[in-house]
Amino acid sequence: MSRRTEAVVVVGAGLAGLSAATALRDRGFGGRLTVVGDEPHGPYDRPSLSKDLLTGRRAEEQTGLPLPPDLGARWVLGRSAVRLDRAGRRVLLDDGSALEYDGLVVASGASAVPWPGPPAPPGGVHTLRGRGDALGLRAALRRGDPLLVVGAGFVGSEVASAARELGVPVTLVDRARTPLEGALGPVAGRLFAGAQARAGVDFRAGTAVRRLLGERSLSGAELSDGTRVRAGAALVALGARPNTAWLRGSGLRLGGGAAPGLVCDHRRRALGQDGAPAEGVVALGDVVAAPNPLPGAGAPSHLVIGHWSEAVDHADAAAAALLGQEGPGTEPVPSFWSDQFGLRVRSVGLPRLADRTEVREHDPDRSRLEVTYHRGGRLVGALTVNRTSRLAAHRARILRERAAHGALA
Amino acid sequence: MRVHVDRAVCENHGQCVFAAPEVFAFDDDEVLRYDPSPGPGLDEAVTRAARVCPLRAITLDGGPE
Repeated sequence: MSRRTEAVVVVGAGLAGLSAATALRDRGFGGRLTVVGDEPHGPYDRPSLSKDLLTGRRAEEQTGLPLPPDLGARWVLGRSAVRLDRAGRRVLLDDGSALEYDGLVVASGASAVPWPGPPAPPGGVHTLRGRGDALGLRAALRRGDPLLVVGAGFVGSEVASAARELGVPVTLVDRARTPLEGALGPVAGRLFAGAQARAGVDFRAGTAVRRLLGERSLSGAELSDGTRVRAGAALVALGARPNTAWLRGSGLRLGGGAAPGLVCDHRRRALGQDGAPAEGVVALGDVVAAPNPLPGAGAPSHLVIGHWSEAVDHADAAAAALLGQEGPGTEPVPSFWSDQFGLRVRSVGLPRLADRTEVREHDPDRSRLEVTYHRGGRLVGALTVNRTSRLAAHRARILRERAAHGALA
Repeated sequence: MRVHVDRAVCENHGQCVFAAPEVFAFDDDEVLRYDPSPGPGLDEAVTRAARVCPLRAITLDGGPE
């Protein structure tokens, strides 16, 4: 029994917030629509922050996402949500004001994991999540100071690529043996390691940063193997955490671990403590702990996926659920991309779930790679490098196998 | 509906191929091929493809509106 939805509040003015707002209008929602964002500007394109914005191929003004002309939303920018009062159907903001809703979209995104080590110098240590972060990092890269990148995941590797393009010396430190090993496995990791070495990245495998050195500003770092590296700037790229602190005490269910996402069902309805969908609350994007879209033996039931595709592909389902309408019939397959060191990396599914990988093509001369990822005998993901043409077939197979196993609720 | 892909903007993300495989595909040389005037039965898929393009490189003309 849902009452008629007349006022929707969207918390989060990124891609997910915009996608949700657009999808609500597409489904005929004609009521009041308010979008709250904690940055002073409207939605922008986040993927370019670690690539084209740093190299200068794209200017800051070119990163804005276009808004549908007839969106009719009220934007409350530079304000963050601090608490959710579900009983009163209100979102409380950091200026003491409150927004009343009968439908709520939680699209509050994620934040970069901060430097976890001993106290770091106040200057020269960066994380990268928002556009302001990227502009600060770009200024550091333009000064040309040697860059230390802590963490060889996607963000760390992409920034290393941009920095090398600008001629900045880069030391990249990670506990793994190869870049991106945790996400994509050792075969892909070796391809990236080769590309990075050719580009002149000093990759320190199997190493951690023990301390960031410097009085007022960063001068270098001490590594776990006892060596020291000189650096004028550091990027701490150790992943992201869903922004769910403002939901504590709201009665909504948060996932486990150090980075709890907001637990949702397939339609992106937020779940209450009792496990049932909470009335009038959906979620979208990086904040979501979603039901595993590729369930298999031993795989986690919910996971924070955090890809661009999540914010777009599930917007219609979330809008339908909020408006009490029937949703789309099929559930999308996650996908992501990364461009770095001249490598066009594309993926479908969830390679991180794999217990076995299979190399279908490996052509080091042309930097081509095609890998499939399996778990419990089923295909759970595929990765291509400079071989996008091979991806659609794997995605189709994932959909087929999922349908055959009837794994979806 | 008329479909146009701005090749100067396209970076082969492939989202359009997932959304509308009847209209978009990569050939063996990794070049995106597409049908510039797909039949009306594909309007919905093509609209979805334009929407999911991360670079918004796809423009459509003569839609149902």
